[in-house]
Amino acid sequence: MALLEVSNLEIAVATGGQLLPVVRGVSFEVKANETFGIVGESGCGKSLTSLAIMGLLEGSQVRITGGSIHFDGRELTALSAEDRRAIMGAQMAMIFQEPMTSLNPVYRIGDQIVETLRQHRDMSRRQARDRAVELLDLVRIPEPGRRIDSFPHQMSGGQRQRVMIAMAMACDPKLLIADEPTTALDVTVQKEVLDLMADLQSRMGTAIVLISHDLGVIAETCDKVAVMYRGKIAESAATGELFSNMCHPYTRGLLNSIPVVDRDVEWLEAIPGRVPTIDEVLSGCAFHPRCAMAEARCESEDPDKRDVATGHTIRCHFAEVGSA
Amino acid sequence: MLVYTIKRLLALIPTLLAASILVFLFIHLIPGDPAAILLGDTATPEEVAALTREMGLDEPIWKQYLLWLGNVLQGDLGTSVFFREPVLKVIGSGAETSILLATMTMVWIVLFGIPIGIVSATKHGTWVDQVTSGGAMLFASIPTFWLGLYLILIFAVGLGWFPSSGFPSVSDDGGWTNLRYLILPSLTLAAPNAALIIRLVRASMLDVAREDHVRTARAKGLHPAKVAIKHIFRNALIAVAAAFGFTFAALVSEAVVTETVFSLPGIGRLVVQSILRRDYPVIQGVILVIVVLYMVINLLVDLAYARLDPRVSLK
Repeated sequence: MALLEVSNLEIAVATGGQLLPVVRGVSFEVKANETFGIVGESGCGKSLTSLAIMGLLEGSQVRITGGSIHFDGRELTALSAEDRRAIMGAQMAMIFQEPMTSLNPVYRIGDQIVETLRQHRDMSRRQARDRAVELLDLVRIPEPGRRIDSFPHQMSGGQRQRVMIAMAMACDPKLLIADEPTTALDVTVQKEVLDLMADLQSRMGTAIVLISHDLGVIAETCDKVAVMYRGKIAESAATGELFSNMCHPYTRGLLNSIPVVDRDVEWLEAIPGRVPTIDEVLSGCAFHPRCAMAEARCESEDPDKRDVATGHTIRCHFAEVGSA
Repeated sequence: MLVYTIKRLLALIPTLLAASILVFLFIHLIPGDPAAILLGDTATPEEVAALTREMGLDEPIWKQYLLWLGNVLQGDLGTSVFFREPVLKVIGSGAETSILLATMTMVWIVLFGIPIGIVSATKHGTWVDQVTSGGAMLFASIPTFWLGLYLILIFAVGLGWFPSSGFPSVSDDGGWTNLRYLILPSLTLAAPNAALIIRLVRASMLDVAREDHVRTARAKGLHPAKVAIKHIFRNALIAVAAAFGFTFAALVSEAVVTETVFSLPGIGRLVVQSILRRDYPVIQGVILVIVVLYMVINLLVDLAYARLDPRVSLK
């Protein structure tokens, strides 16, 4: 039994009295000690999916309209707000894209870590503070005993993201959701943060859901990958299988738009067109207006999910043709 | 912090000197001979000449200023033409009322402004928010003299709960229960300012609520009330603290109207009466006191700012 099972998740945005679907029929599962990557362009629904799992959609215009999120033996969509909060920050934790703004500017970082600990663990201030120093040491902040009293603005972006990781790992979560954790960081710092996450995972057996728009980051860190396009999973497979046998034209487009340094190319290939806005009604396959392989059938018929290999699913009518 | 405070206090000196020159020149901006004006229409030329000598008005102006400044530094703000008493004593007699009135007003502003603002922000978009925001808009727009008269009509004349005017000193019979005389005037004075604080707390909290660190706080599994107070309000307070400085400035001018409506023997009414009596030394003295007060309040707001926001460095 997987730790996290998302099935047929539907998310919609309420605007002007109507519900616009933004995530449709998303299903995947993540086991303990596994890293699951979700990749896609801005607006494809990958962040909303992660916020829905975490339980952070509450109070916004966005809501879960269908499907289920099963986590560690419990159905999250059926839990009360209070039961949900008991899980948030404890069994399930999240780190975000913007380390510069994700910490509260008016509190010392130590106090912010202590807050998480004391929320979920029966600890004295003293114990929580000692544990916070250990956590800062764990995420390789130098001189943790001194840095614990720093304010966020006294730290660099990379250090702040480490603090975010320390805070997320404070209560030994079973699942860590990382929404673009390295996007705002320098490349060298990116590598350090990813290595740190992998290291913590191997020590604690944490499952990770990694959201990224960067195929390079995904290839390096994930065991399984789902490629999302306009609210649906276009293609999903184990990382090795996906990169050796890309089937969906959108996935191939994403890979081709990454510049290769050691090859001299005149043109950088890009996927033509743009991501459709959520209020555009599209018939058939959502990708057909941008797809080089599109035929008449793609305009009228939305492809169902089907298997192309073991554990490798796609939503495309003609995928095999292109990969051959 | 201490070094910064001392530096700031020293920096007040040139500002104060500049202000003192303006206040000093005020008496010379009055058209005509100050001595003649001070003495009024019935004065004889001999009396005017005597006062001119007494006030040193026949000396060069810079010498007059230095003389006046020297006196001010020793606490001598001159003599009231009307009361025939030292200006400092005249101002002092109004100070008790004004200080108690201002304090009570600030208490109302904090007591009403902050909690209602927080509720309004956390219930954003609901009927609670509409009622509180609408109410705040209403009270921010009502002129103080009008509100004061209505409060007198309802609570003093109609219900008879509070006295309608005057203020016996707390050292008189009744002691601190005499503070009931200040309840209606302080509520009148507080209403528009509390309304502004409500609107500001609400707006700042809605701003902060959109910030990323609030999402982090929610992801910790904290109770929404804890997120609202400890994370959202605490950050919104930085903007609100600055507004308290402005609020105080507004109180000084609004107090003039309120003290007049409620016949309170405070500094505000003293100013109005002194202007009508052409008691220039008293007007001069009050302006000087208000200038010093403003500067001190400004300094306190800056210090509070630094306390509230660790990103502000005091150098």
